[in-house]
Amino acid sequence: MKEVVKFGRPSGFFEKFERRPGPIKTNMHYCPGCGHGVLHKLIAEAIGDMGLKDKAVLVCPVGCSVFAYYYFDCHSIECAHGRAPAVATAISRTDPENVVIGYQGDGDLASIGFNQILQAANRGENMCVFFVNNAIYGMTGGQMAPTSLPGQKTQTSPCGRDVAETGYPIKVAEMIAQFEAPVYVERCALSRVPNIMAARRAVRKAIQNTVDKKGFSFVELLSGCPVNLKMKAHEMNEFLNEKMTKFFPLGVYKDVSAEREAIVRHTPIFEPDQVRELLFPEETKRAVDDNFRYTAKVFDEERRVKISGFGGQGVLSLGYLLATMGKLRNFNVSWLPSYGPEMRGGTANCSIVFSHTHVGSPQADHNCSMLICMNQPSVDKFLGQLGENGVLLYDASTIRQPEVSPDKTVYGLAASDLANTLGDQRVANSVMLGGIARLMQDCFLEGKESEDFDLAVEEAMNEHFAGKPQKVIDLNMKAYRLGKESVSIRFGARVK
Amino acid sequence: MMEKKKKTFRCVIRSEECKGCERCVEACPRGVLKMGTKLNLMSFPAVEYAGSGCIGCGGCFYSCPEPGAITIVEEVEE
Amino acid sequence: MGKTKKILLKGNEAVVYGALLAGCECYFGYPITPASEIAHASARMFPKLGRVFIQAECEIASINMVYGAAAAGRRAMTASSGLGISLKQEGVSYIAGAELPAVIVDVMRGGPGLGNIAPEQADYNQIVKGGGHGGYRCIVLSPGSVQEMCDLTMLAFDLADEYRTPVYVLADGMIGQMMEKLELPEPRGRRASQDWSLNRVNKTHNCVSSIYMDANDLEAVNKRLNAKYAVIREKEQRAEEYRMDDAEYVYVAYGISSRMCRSAVDELRSEGCKVGLIRPQTLFPFPENALRKALSNGAKKFFSVEMSNGQMIDDVKLSIECAKPVYLINRMGGNVLSVEEIVTRTKEMLGGDCK
Repeated sequence: MKEVVKFGRPSGFFEKFERRPGPIKTNMHYCPGCGHGVLHKLIAEAIGDMGLKDKAVLVCPVGCSVFAYYYFDCHSIECAHGRAPAVATAISRTDPENVVIGYQGDGDLASIGFNQILQAANRGENMCVFFVNNAIYGMTGGQMAPTSLPGQKTQTSPCGRDVAETGYPIKVAEMIAQFEAPVYVERCALSRVPNIMAARRAVRKAIQNTVDKKGFSFVELLSGCPVNLKMKAHEMNEFLNEKMTKFFPLGVYKDVSAEREAIVRHTPIFEPDQVRELLFPEETKRAVDDNFRYTAKVFDEERRVKISGFGGQGVLSLGYLLATMGKLRNFNVSWLPSYGPEMRGGTANCSIVFSHTHVGSPQADHNCSMLICMNQPSVDKFLGQLGENGVLLYDASTIRQPEVSPDKTVYGLAASDLANTLGDQRVANSVMLGGIARLMQDCFLEGKESEDFDLAVEEAMNEHFAGKPQKVIDLNMKAYRLGKESVSIRFGARVK
Repeated sequence: MMEKKKKTFRCVIRSEECKGCERCVEACPRGVLKMGTKLNLMSFPAVEYAGSGCIGCGGCFYSCPEPGAITIVEEVEE
Repeated sequence: MGKTKKILLKGNEAVVYGALLAGCECYFGYPITPASEIAHASARMFPKLGRVFIQAECEIASINMVYGAAAAGRRAMTASSGLGISLKQEGVSYIAGAELPAVIVDVMRGGPGLGNIAPEQADYNQIVKGGGHGGYRCIVLSPGSVQEMCDLTMLAFDLADEYRTPVYVLADGMIGQMMEKLELPEPRGRRASQDWSLNRVNKTHNCVSSIYMDANDLEAVNKRLNAKYAVIREKEQRAEEYRMDDAEYVYVAYGISSRMCRSAVDELRSEGCKVGLIRPQTLFPFPENALRKALSNGAKKFFSVEMSNGQMIDDVKLSIECAKPVYLINRMGGNVLSVEEIVTRTKEMLGGDCK
């Protein structure tokens, strides 16, 4: 006589439940007759039979099954209430070979964490989720669940669930099946044996889909909570089969497993050369080396520039060009924009600070050295911040000639009008840059340094418009030259 | 042609792992499981096997929420 | 002549560069001003290196994705601004409780409530003192420049691994939005897998959890965490000192406020007033040693300069055990402290002392 175990303890369980505190190491912590134990066995059996103990990651919820990790002989993680699908997403994405198994109850999944499950399903994450719907909060002591039946008495619906007040049971499987991405959605019941055997097939199919990287599989399992519902085994089965299935019909809601291709994810690259290639800038044909610096005395201290106009005039862009030039000529430089809704359609301004040493405050909020205004409100708002011996450059197309103290130098440049003569209003900022070059020559730079400024403009344009057609760079350079020629000193002192 | 060997099955209950929920009693098509009266170490009354009549369907095993409370053993004559 | 590789980058983008250079494998985030550029740059660059970028459905999901990825043994990061961080706090507590390494970037904006999108520093208490439930602390790094947005993000990953703890990079809208020159550090390779993680290379089947039903067990965990925080306090204080050698009056300021203070120090020094600046680069641990050194070197008065309602000032007072007067110079609501204002208010507070 030979004896063979036909049905026995699933090998996906630990041999002894060492993680379970207390003296009992062979049983689960669930109440007598609880459906969780039944489902645990189906999953553990599948993990064992399918050889997944080293590949499976069990993602555990909050609720009665919070301690599922006591039992399964695979990697496991305990999550915040409702967040298992987000956690599972990351575990699946960061290693596509992981077989990620989500396990959630009705409060966890369909109430506090509803967004997470719906979004993970909609993204089609490669995972399977087993949703235990027992129509009640078990662990917290029998409160109403989103899936509690109409009229069902619970701790928080003592007179029975009133649908006028609390709505109807949420049909999760039906909802998930509506999405395009999920591959397989079925609802089963952990009640009588034929139903349990159907659940066993569903569990295996869902896990196999995950192994095959088919995407998101979802199995809802109607399950008994005999203690909280105060039912005996046969009453429980009756409740599941007769009452619950009325609201939650059993069956396959979606199955496109056969026609779906396996998901392909990329392998992360850490090879330093490849990282360098992406992040590190190409060597540009810079006309100067790292030691170059403008030696004009005015650069011994910080120069603070404010550029202001309305959104769309290229104010931030002009500032960025200046900052790029500063970078190319080895200044320490900062560029600070106004940001947010103010930028989107309203006024826009930015501060650029140049220094041969450390840049302190990046904000040109007082003692501004150079103010560039492209509309009238900018002059009204910022002229007061222009420091002693400061220089103002404004768009004379629209701005009336401002009055300033005699120490200041003022340049007017009809930038918008000039840009129009070039056929593109958008290059007004490059016209202004020409104005800046001119005033740099007048006020700050001499000889070779002055010539170099033009070179720096060209380089900065090339860097700024990298990837754009050459004609864009040409047009902006043309605007720049036009601006430089057209600027006129209106009045004021020279600060050189 | 091989002679078909007779298969017999036995339901082994680890009574110390049983919580007495009666799910297996409900599940058994042959009615060979019944509730005992003796309490186990966890103070649950454990289920008992009648000693014969098991057909090895596994219904009790899959209905039982405990991992190892029920084992179905197949006895093969050699 | 050498040509060093320098680029102009926004602070927010520099965070992403730092993360990629540090070998961060995945970014999970949700759009929010003024931190969105971190998500934008991550979306552009992570996939180019085969790494994971997910725009999560919400802040809560993104921090829980970080939790999952960190548990799986991956360098993971998320970023947000104050109100988004408030939503993440439960997840951060879980990460601290499960002792996982993770990096969270907070680009602070005006609060409380919806507040506004201008820079503020009023998340100090939320981030530095804990924020979520339970007795945990996070290492908090505070960058004062775009370069540090990159460098401290890299350091954050290293410290997170070393201490198995969440590490914050606490920046503000201004540092996040401004551009500066950035010198790129050399990239690091993939971090070796840890034996406690859920990485498939580990043949022992691990469990990541922060649940301890037994009070004694949980107390032991809390004791272990606190012992870890004591080591962090001892070993990880970082601060930059500026003109502190003979400083009689000391600004303590971090992030963008420290930049304004630095200019204010120069301005007051030019008038003969012996002011210096201590710029904490770590807020937890708070650089107590630097403050105590200033005290023993003869500092007479301290100023907590912050864009918040007097939050860091508590730590300044505690560090010097209230041995000297500590004044608050602050703005709130998204108003940025100007150099002018710092100088004026310092003079007011010092009266005739400032000469």
